[in-house]
Amino acid sequence: MKYISEYRDSHRVQAVIDEITRTVRQPWVIMEICGGQTHSILKYGLEQLLPKELELVHGPGCPVCVTSLEMIDKALAIAAQPDVIFTSYGDMLRVPGSDGDLFTVRASGADIRVVYSSLDAVKIAQENPEKQVVFFAIGFETTAPANAMCVIHAQKLGLNNFSLLISHVRVPPAMHVILGSPNNRVQGFLAAGHVCTVMGYWEYGPIAQKYKVPIVVTGFEPLDILQGTLFVVKQLEKGSYDVENAYARVVSYEGNQPAQKIISQVFEDCDQKWRGIGNIPMSGWQLKHEFKNYDAADRFHVQKIKPTESPLCIAGQILQGLNKPFECPAFANQCTPEHPLGATMVSSEGACAAYYRYGRSI
Amino acid sequence: MCLAVPGKILDIYEVNGLLMGKIDFGGVIREACLTYVPEAKVGDYTIIHVGFALNLIDEKEAMETLSLLDEIYKQDLNE
Repeated sequence: MKYISEYRDSHRVQAVIDEITRTVRQPWVIMEICGGQTHSILKYGLEQLLPKELELVHGPGCPVCVTSLEMIDKALAIAAQPDVIFTSYGDMLRVPGSDGDLFTVRASGADIRVVYSSLDAVKIAQENPEKQVVFFAIGFETTAPANAMCVIHAQKLGLNNFSLLISHVRVPPAMHVILGSPNNRVQGFLAAGHVCTVMGYWEYGPIAQKYKVPIVVTGFEPLDILQGTLFVVKQLEKGSYDVENAYARVVSYEGNQPAQKIISQVFEDCDQKWRGIGNIPMSGWQLKHEFKNYDAADRFHVQKIKPTESPLCIAGQILQGLNKPFECPAFANQCTPEHPLGATMVSSEGACAAYYRYGRSI
Repeated sequence: MCLAVPGKILDIYEVNGLLMGKIDFGGVIREACLTYVPEAKVGDYTIIHVGFALNLIDEKEAMETLSLLDEIYKQDLNE
């Protein structure tokens, strides 16, 4: 398949690894932001091929993992209501809330459906006018164009039985939190390629300059990740801290302008709680006032949520790159993909799930 | 979730005012929304996430990256 196989070519991969090995002179800690990149790294064993001076730590870029427990509990409460069809991307169904997950609620008789796209949820609302259809709109900037468009589309169709339970998060505020932490170890970033496809990378210049860290926009195939790593290592060894683009076939500096226009038409910045990390000021998006009638949290008046998190789970530390999954005492015994204590063990992009799946237990 | 997959646009059409397309993902054909890539033409490659095209793939940039990587490969062979 074009644009995939050439970025998995073993000869090119080896050449870039050799170039990284020739370049690196001292130990460096590099964080890949996105959980999709974490999975590629572990799936292809890239971290084992890199010189021992380089440590890759895994960032918070897994929307399923960082959606707050409170929001999961709201989803469970709304989904359990009669005459509701609750729609969600598949990853969210097994995320543990305070008391069960969406699968548990479905087993109790609730109508919960997995959708491939937000537009599928709108279609379900069109086909079921007697039901309230709620879409669980989570995600980073990558998913925001789809989630914003479904609001515009539902409005155009005049649907009044459609609403969104929204938990949107943005990458740059999380990078500020990580870099501003007194325990921070991260010296360079692989920025999330598909977030930048939508948003461009103009937001990252001030971060690179403020914290003096190189930031390289990076894709998801093995060669993309190694190319991004090579660019970061070159900068670290040179002492520079610029923003570079190692995913230019998809990402431009400005990003996707039509997508940004719709996002800013529908959403506005808001404070957001991140699971395991806490509140990050102005790190999320909520519906603007004129679209508030599509807000499921308002429509269903779900209040009095008192979330209780597993005391064993250290997902917050893992999402900030402070610990590796195998350093958690619950990893692979009390906490497995079948019985997850935290969302990082659930999602296909969670660092704990990746370590478990690809056998990185030490 | 930020997984996005490259695919080739086979067909472009409109449904309820939305620009849609048939996308070939290496043999698997699915529908996706092309509203955010209004310049898309049949035969273009695009990157799809949760049923939406996030951007078109720039062939010229892709070739430049691969030739840069091939330079590293040639250099590697000579060492």
